[in-house]
Parts: sequence; C-alpha cells; structure tokens
Amino acid sequence: MSTSYREIINNGLWSNNQALVALLGLCPLLATSNSAINGLGLGLATTLVLVLSNTTVSLIRNLVRPEVRLPVFVLIIASFVTAVELSMNAWFHDLYKILGIFIPLIVTNCAIIGRAEAFASKNTVPKAALDGLMMGIGFAAVLFTLGSTRELIGQGTLFSGAHLMFGEMARGWTVEIENYKGVLLAILPPGAFLGLGSLIALKNWIDKTRKERVRKEVAVPGEKEAAAT
Amino acid sequence: MSRNILVSALILGVFGFIGATLVAVTEFGTHDRILENERQALLQQLYEIVPKQQVDNNILAHPLTVHAPEELGQKSSLVYVGEKGNQLSAMVFEATVPDGYSGPIRLLVGVDSNGVLLGTRVITHKETPGLGDKIEKGKSDWIDGFTGKSLVDPKLDRWKVKKDGGDFDQFTGATVTPRAVVNGVRRALLYFDQQKDALYKEYLEKAQNKP
Repeated sequence: MSTSYREIINNGLWSNNQALVALLGLCPLLATSNSAINGLGLGLATTLVLVLSNTTVSLIRNLVRPEVRLPVFVLIIASFVTAVELSMNAWFHDLYKILGIFIPLIVTNCAIIGRAEAFASKNTVPKAALDGLMMGIGFAAVLFTLGSTRELIGQGTLFSGAHLMFGEMARGWTVEIENYKGVLLAILPPGAFLGLGSLIALKNWIDKTRKERVRKEVAVPGEKEAAAT
Repeated sequence: MSRNILVSALILGVFGFIGATLVAVTEFGTHDRILENERQALLQQLYEIVPKQQVDNNILAHPLTVHAPEELGQKSSLVYVGEKGNQLSAMVFEATVPDGYSGPIRLLVGVDSNGVLLGTRVITHKETPGLGDKIEKGKSDWIDGFTGKSLVDPKLDRWKVKKDGGDFDQFTGATVTPRAVVNGVRRALLYFDQQKDALYKEYLEKAQNKP
C-alpha cells in the first residue's frame, strides 16, 4: 500500500479532486462560493485543517485501536477546527464574520474524515501531510474558481472584499466591469449548482479529450504497420 | 475482553483530553484579541453613524438595556448614549424589523438630541441579493437617505416609501424591504421621542455608579 508522491499530488489536484470527483464537502462549497475571496477564505481554512488532521492521524496511526479509530479522528478534527475558528476570529475578524457558520461546519466536511480514514491512517507522516495539502489545494482551487465565476457573472466584480483577507493594501484589487448589471441567478443558490455542474463537465471533457489523444498516438503506429503489409 | 475495552476507553479519554487542551490553549491565546475585535467592530459601526466630533464620552462604556418589543422589535435592545460637554448629544438604538422580505432585518439607528437622524445601518439581513440587499451600505447609498430626517421632516404621514404615498425611494423589484426599514426607523424615532429623557436619566445614574 504505497502511493508515490507524484500520484498523491495528481490525485489531490485532479484525478481524485474532493469537490469535482469525490463530490465531498458540497454544503460549504456551494454556500460560500458566491465570491472569489469567500471561496478562497474557506478553501484555505479547510486546507489548513486537512493538513493538520492528516498529519496527526498519521502520527498516531499505530497507537489507536481500530475500534475507537473513528471517534478519535472526529475528536482530532473537531479540536483543530475549533482552534482554526478561534484563530480566524482573532486575526481575520471581518472575513470570519462573513464565512460565519461555515467555519465550524468544516468539521462536517466529509472530505476531511474521508482522507483521515482512507489515506492518513495507512500512510507515513510526510505522505499524509502532502495528501492533506494537495487535497486541500484541490478543494480550495475549485472553491476559488467557482467563487470567481459566480462573482464575475452575478455581480460584475472580482476580488471584492480582498482587504478582509489581505489587509488595506488589497482594497484596490477589486476589478469591476463598468455598466454591468449582473445576473442575479449566479449569486443565488441555483447558480452554485449550475456552476459546479459546469466545472465537473469541463473536467470530464478534458479527461476524455486527453484519453482520446493518447489512444490515437498509440493507434497511429499500428495503422502504418497494417498498411505496409 | 474487558481489558480491551478498558484500553480503548483510555485511548479515547487521552485524546479527548489532548483535544480539549488544544482548544483551551487556543481560546486562552485568542480570547482578549477576539473581544477587542468585537469591540472595535462595534465602535467602528457606531462611529459610522455618529460623527466622532459629535461625542466626547466613551460611547461604549455604559450601554442601556431597554425592553421595548413593540417599538424596537426585539425583546431587549442595547442603547448607546453619546454625550458632548456633559449633555446628551446622540443615542444609538439597536432595532429589529420583523417584516423584511425574507426574515428579520437588524438595524442600528442613531439620533441626535433633537431627534434628527444621524444615520442608520443595517447590521444583518437575509434579503434577496441584487434586489433587497441594496439596504446595505456596501451595495448602495439608499440607507444614507435617512440622515438628517426626523419626525417633523418629513411629516409623520410621509414616513413611507413613495409607492405608498410617502417620501422614501423604493427599489425596482423590491418594495417590501425598504418599506420595512422605513417603518423600523420611524418606530425607533417615535420611541426616542417618548423616552429620551427617561433614557438619559437612566444613563446618568448608571454612569455615576460606575464611572
């Protein structure tokens, strides 16, 4: 049971992306992806929890008996989420106020306990930590992409509220399309579902085109031989 | 068998303890900062409503708790009192409008000693994004339309949105939300009108007991 580092990276970012393939953690994903900064904020918080919980679970994987394994994982995750929540409240107060209920809800993100159980509890610490990081980045990237798209279509802006996360200097980062009224649907919950659906479709399409290209490259030399005989 | 259970319970207990310790340490490390953040956020909000030069006391020091569910829409609301030169110069009321389009709207309403509105802000709401949420300061300037208004300007029967024959703008596609906010602000003004002397007296007593 050993996965190479390359595979871990590829799994987390693309082929087993928690949001696009595993479809885990959809509740916070859909709810906080109404702007790029909100999406990024929750994505980073989730990544942090994933790395911390994966590392810890891997550290104690030989200590904990199988029968109490899951409750221990839940305890670890809940403690880390609470710690992250308190820290965000202390250092990113405004962002915390916007993300509000979804920070404590990271506990219920199945992606986290899923990675703890399926990967971290069976692998070495560096691999588990990397897996947490990559799964987190993959999740955050989807949140950020979905958030940016919805914000742009729905409101005609991008990075509004960046100063909540990056301080006062980021106030000028907001991009705004002039004279654009916005499509309300994109900001409302259905927009989240439509957006996520499109992203999944896009990923599947890319995978399919790639596979076909590989197949053709393999097939081409074969055809030549057939023509020669 | 029973030994197994005991060991498992012990492991679980140890992790419970470690988890609780982690949370306790973080809480200890962030507690003061969080309180300070909340205080700053509130202060910032109050100063957006009440100009800084309007008050020379610590407006957060002695908030009053009032019970006016009819007028202010909540079981109990906080009232912040601003003074200048030891005279009442501003009062900020917490109020809730129960009849927003999709739920209650929480407001802060600031008045000067003559009952003229210094400003109003929406603290939380669940109004439709793109339509009703224009009551937010970040989304439009509509809420600034209250500044400078009072119960005599416009007259009490003009304290309505234009559609209902009043003086206040509604938004295209959203009448319920502005109507609710206008009503809420009007009720708060009436409450101030009736209670300002009593409230200021209560504040003075409170400030004297705990300077």
